[in-house]
Parts: sequence; C-alpha cells; structure tokens
Amino acid sequence: MKLNERSLAFYATCDAPADNAGFLYKKGGRHAAYHRRWFVLRGNMLFYFEDAASREPVGVIILEGCTVELVEAAEEFAFAVRFAGARARTYVLAAESQAAMEGWVKALSRASFDYLRLVVRELERQLAAVRAGGGPAPPRRPRALPPKENGCAVWSSETPAAPSPRPGPEPPPLPPRRRASAPNGPLDSASFAQLHEWYGQEVRALRGQWLRSHAQP
Amino acid sequence: MRYNEKELQALSRQPAEMAAELGMRGPKKGSVVKRRLVKLVVNFLFYFRTDEAEPVGALLLEHCRVTQEEPSGFSISFLEDPERKYHFECCSEEQCQEWMAALRRASYEFMRRSLIFYRNEIQKMTGKDPLEQFGISEEARFQLSGLKA
Repeated sequence: MKLNERSLAFYATCDAPADNAGFLYKKGGRHAAYHRRWFVLRGNMLFYFEDAASREPVGVIILEGCTVELVEAAEEFAFAVRFAGARARTYVLAAESQAAMEGWVKALSRASFDYLRLVVRELERQLAAVRAGGGPAPPRRPRALPPKENGCAVWSSETPAAPSPRPGPEPPPLPPRRRASAPNGPLDSASFAQLHEWYGQEVRALRGQWLRSHAQP
Repeated sequence: MRYNEKELQALSRQPAEMAAELGMRGPKKGSVVKRRLVKLVVNFLFYFRTDEAEPVGALLLEHCRVTQEEPSGFSISFLEDPERKYHFECCSEEQCQEWMAALRRASYEFMRRSLIFYRNEIQKMTGKDPLEQFGISEEARFQLSGLKA
C-alpha cells in the first residue's frame, strides 16, 4: 500500500510538542533482541527513531484498534501494544523505569483517534445541553469509553451515545443574551468546525492584505 | 519508513466517515485521472481501485491543506510541499463541499483543538472541568496553553 511517507516524516519531526517522547527498548521480533530506540508519540502515531537527533523515523506504529497491556517478559518494565486479528503483530516494548512505563501505557492506551472522537462528541453533547438547559448537564459516560485505570482503545464501530453520527451538532437554541456586545447570532451557537472556518477565512483575508502591503519595496 | 501495514489494511475496512467513487489524480506531473473508491477513516484517506478489496494507497491527513480547485473539484496538499497536490473530482459542487468540510475536520490535530475549545466553553459556563470525569484533565496535550496561534 502506498503511504505519504514524506508527510509522515515531517509530521513526526515537526516543532509542536509531542504527546510523549523517550527511549524505549523495542523487541525486534518473537525471538529477536531488544533495540533501544527514541520514541515519539504524536496523535495516533507512534514513531521510532534510531536516536533522539535522527531526522527521519525508522518506523511508525499506527495506534488504531490496539490494546496496551503489561506483559511478563525477561526485560523489566515491559508492556505490549497488541492488535486484534489473525497474524496480527504484537509490539513488545520496555521502558527504563516504572514511572516511564506507566506514563507510556497511559498515553498509548488513550492515543487513538477513535478515543479522542468519543471524548469530543461527549463534550459537544454536554455543551449543547448546558446551552439549552442553563445548568450543567449530568456527565454521561458513553458505554464504549474506556475506564480510567486501564484505558484501552476499543476497536468499535458501535455508535457512541452522542445524538449525531457526525461531528458538529445542530445549532442549539440561543441562551438569553448576557453580553452587551453587538449580536453575533450564528457564532454563538456555531460548532467548532464552523468557527474554525469563519476565523480561518478572516485570517486568510488579513494575511493576504498584509502580504500585498509588504510586497512594495 | 516501516509501518504496520496489516493494521492499516484492517483500518481501511472499518466504517467510513465518508466514502464515494471520485476521480483522482496523483501529484506527479503528467498523471491522469483515475476512478477510485475514496474512503475516509479516522485521519486516513484510503483509495481503492473500484473492484478491489485492498487499498492502492492511503494518505495521512495531518498538516494538510484542502483547497477548492474547480466548482466540483478539490486538492489535498501537505505543509512541507504545498505545490505537490492530490486532485479529486466530484460529481457535483455539493459533493465537493461535503468532502472538503469532512477532510478539514479529519485530522487528529483538529480534533484536539475542538476538544480544548469545548472544554474551555463548558468550563466557562459551568465552572467545572468536563475532562475530570475521564481522568485526563492533567494531560499536557489538552491544555489551552499548548495551543499554537
């Protein structure tokens, strides 16, 4: 399968702070030795480099549909990233301390796009409820959301508890106005996606103006 | 770069946010338009030959820009090389708008910013942090201060 590897490499090494980074030992294969690699977690991508200064990853583990668990291994502080399905690969990794291992297990088990999407949909629901009802909505934990202590990404096509199947709820009815500023109707009840688009257009226009004004020597 | 191809193939079989047969043209000079089944799953855009089960390829949709090219066509390019474009032809302007909106929302980074936005809004309105119930309120990746302008 073709993959936009160059873009992946740029994403791996971009300036933004990583979600987690550090040295881990990675087991080469079932009977292979461990190799010390520099790991960088960004979003649902776990990149690994020869060392911390490398410009390009040796590889990446795409973290959708996996579970993260502790394992019995000769190596101390070992854990595994396990994928479902026949002939699926299990990645055995080992940290250099108990704290590092716990940090990685926590970070990796909540790294999937699926998990993040569940949380976002739940927050959208809560925000709509707060705007409509006036008071804080009782927090409802959707069934598919993993528990605190042993978070693991669930490979689930089960529809989450949120009412709309896609991100972006129907605009809720406006709450009574509390601000004195000029009415800006649609923006109040807009979803983040709409606000992002609107502000983005404004920024693009301003940037265009700035560029043109700086074009004259 | 090594990657877990089997898992990526399995991902391509998951329920899609959007799926349609579109015209697709690669970024190389002189490439022609081909009919492809294009499928959006999480932050990956898979494209299949219309009669095959395994994708020809996948695009990770992080740090990408979606641009309208014609009334019913758009392109995807990436931050490191904005002129290198993957072109897509839709059957209508409406379908084109639908795809562009979906693709712009499809990145992990966008989802993260949405989460921070909603968290902040809920906190302002209720005085409570909605992430506490999930046990993730301390995570650095969800802090307002982590947002770049």
